[in-house]
Amino acid sequence: MHAAYPLLLGALLFAIGLYGVLARRNAITVLMAIELLLNAVTINLVAFGSLIRDRYNVGQVFTLFIITIAAAETGLGLAIVLMIFRQRGSADIDAQRLLAEPLRGPTDETEPSVRPSAATGVESGAAR
Amino acid sequence: MTATHSYLSPAGVEIAFVLIGLVVLGSALLVVTVQNLVHAALWLVVCLGAIAGEYLLLGAELVAWVQVLIYVGAIVVLLLFGLVLTRAPIGPTDELDVKHRLPGLIVALAAAGVLVTVLVDAYRNTWIEPRAAVAQGTAAANGTALFKYWVLPFETLSVLLLAALVGAIVISRRSTESEADD
Repeated sequence: MHAAYPLLLGALLFAIGLYGVLARRNAITVLMAIELLLNAVTINLVAFGSLIRDRYNVGQVFTLFIITIAAAETGLGLAIVLMIFRQRGSADIDAQRLLAEPLRGPTDETEPSVRPSAATGVESGAAR
Repeated sequence: MTATHSYLSPAGVEIAFVLIGLVVLGSALLVVTVQNLVHAALWLVVCLGAIAGEYLLLGAELVAWVQVLIYVGAIVVLLLFGLVLTRAPIGPTDELDVKHRLPGLIVALAAAGVLVTVLVDAYRNTWIEPRAAVAQGTAAANGTALFKYWVLPFETLSVLLLAALVGAIVISRRSTESEADD
């Protein structure tokens, strides 16, 4: 088999996953796109593993490691998404702006006055 | 062996690889573009299952079954649980995407262009022998390599998995009003 086939598949799948991470707003769809990115990497690992065929079997062993890490990452990521949803009632990523830069620059009058009250509201809700 | 390789007469395994690869790419595109959240998760099943088929064609048998077991069996179910628990919109909705998708499209196309150019240029004359890799993909060969050369990363990974799952339980535990007072 020509080596370009699996490598091109991995590259295109990586690009699709990158688009998904950047263009999706719901946190769970972003997690799905991250799975696509990880799978693009593992396709590359398996392809190079069967290209090199060393005695350490590094391509396939690392693929198993990455699949395990992906399971841990998904579980933890979903727990965090669930906690954010419980505290704020939304799992949209671009609605989580507490740590973000101001939308219209520091000269904006309305945003800074709104955001501290929203922040204290969330904190008091969490402490209650 | 190299003399028998030809661009114009692809082997059967290459034709199968390209066909399954089209399934992978098409379902991956649907995962990131479809407007129904549950459908996106189900297209992810198709995508990951087809990738398991690609692993089989590359001679990685154990990895293919682990992919089916863990990705299709566990991770997609976990994602569906997440969809249900965050009360995600079940029907089609236009709230899944950000407002400005053009920068993401530009970044993805640039990444695809750079990667395809570099990979095609670098591996133009490289050939994989999947038949020779079959002996390395069995459970026996993988287990031998894992416990002969990779014992320490394997055990570290088990501790990492335990820590991640304990952390997930602690984070997602519903703290009621009475518990918060303690």
